[in-house]
Amino acid sequence: MEGMSTIVKKITQLVAGLIFMYGIYIIMHGHISPGGGFAGGAIVAGAFILLILAFGSSALNLKKEVGGSSNTESVAILMVAVLALMALIFGAKVFLFNFLPKGTPGELLSAGVIPLYNLFIGIEVAGAILTIFLALVIFKEESSK
Amino acid sequence: MELTISIILGFMIIGAIYALHAKDLLSAVVAMGFVGYGLVVCFLLLKAPDLAIVQIVVETITLVLMIAVVLDSTRDEITVKPDRRAFFQRIAGFIIFAGLLYFFVLAIANLDPLGEHSLRMSESYVNGAAEKTGSVNLVTGVLFDFRAFDTLGEAVILYTAALGVLTLLRMKGKK
Amino acid sequence: MTVYILCFVLFLVGLYGVLTRRNLIKIAISLSIMEFSIFLILVLIGYIENGIAPILDPGRADQVYVDPLPQAMVLTAIVIGLATTAMLMAIAIRLYRKYKTFDIREIRNLRG
Repeated sequence: MEGMSTIVKKITQLVAGLIFMYGIYIIMHGHISPGGGFAGGAIVAGAFILLILAFGSSALNLKKEVGGSSNTESVAILMVAVLALMALIFGAKVFLFNFLPKGTPGELLSAGVIPLYNLFIGIEVAGAILTIFLALVIFKEESSK
Repeated sequence: MELTISIILGFMIIGAIYALHAKDLLSAVVAMGFVGYGLVVCFLLLKAPDLAIVQIVVETITLVLMIAVVLDSTRDEITVKPDRRAFFQRIAGFIIFAGLLYFFVLAIANLDPLGEHSLRMSESYVNGAAEKTGSVNLVTGVLFDFRAFDTLGEAVILYTAALGVLTLLRMKGKK
Repeated sequence: MTVYILCFVLFLVGLYGVLTRRNLIKIAISLSIMEFSIFLILVLIGYIENGIAPILDPGRADQVYVDPLPQAMVLTAIVIGLATTAMLMAIAIRLYRKYKTFDIREIRNLRG
């Protein structure tokens, strides 16, 4: 599919980086303010979807993109499983236990293992939504040739 | 609060009924988006900011996916000529729905009015949450510490959906 | 109480759509509408009058918070709804490529 007009391309170049930073902010501050892994991951995926819609699919190498996004989401969910299994070794030896030190509530480095869960689940959600969208774009490209 | 949410629900019901009877598929998809965004306003009024953020972004992504599918295929709705059997089926359907509504009114008769303390388990979740989990956001603490197994299951569901879409939309093989 | 009954009416509108519509896209839309009504019922049960959003405020000791448990359940359910709708859309576009229609009765008759 072809891209959009020049105004949309210029505005997207300015705004997509800000949306990406906002998504990372919502992921990392998930234990202090509203948000968390799922909301932040969806916002990061939204930034990439905006780039693809504005510049058209002819500006990308689609097979490489979908390979990259599906590898990223696989690594992220593997890290979630590794973190959950590491709690079997440290702490109270229970699956999915919160074994890192808790700290004072309200700081950025607090709440034990929750910020790490937020980060990896955020990357996983962003990768999954991007993979779904790219699979649809590739299907439309190949079936219209 | 009840009056405001009832008015917004009224608009959502009208939008949903239009989404079912629209003659153009694109109008139906936009009406579904209207219902979703009305839900965001309801979540904000019910003091649930986490849910409002997730619902607004997920609704936008769903709209993009559905419009991509609808614009690539047909936009026409299938027209069906109504006959006598359909009329009687519709009357029977409405009677069954009225019966379901009656049973629902019986089922919620013991529910407290809107705004009272309804659930008992949340006392133990709210009172010691800051010391037990260390997070100030109670919803994140419940999701990732007390109920982390459900969150793991949800991450696996999203991963499986991405895998399923990749498998379904392959162009190799027989046409 | 009228709020719960209106939510159930929205659920019944979605159920009517799933049962009677012949277009696959409209079935997917009605399924989403049913899910929305259930989200609203769950969050309505957990609402407490004069409560604030469930972010702990260390300044005040006895502040009433809105119930966080139904909100955690609905957060999971929203993402699962997205996964279901994405798979339905993939199936729909695949079916359209093969049968050139979204009508479920035609697709059932054409057993290929």
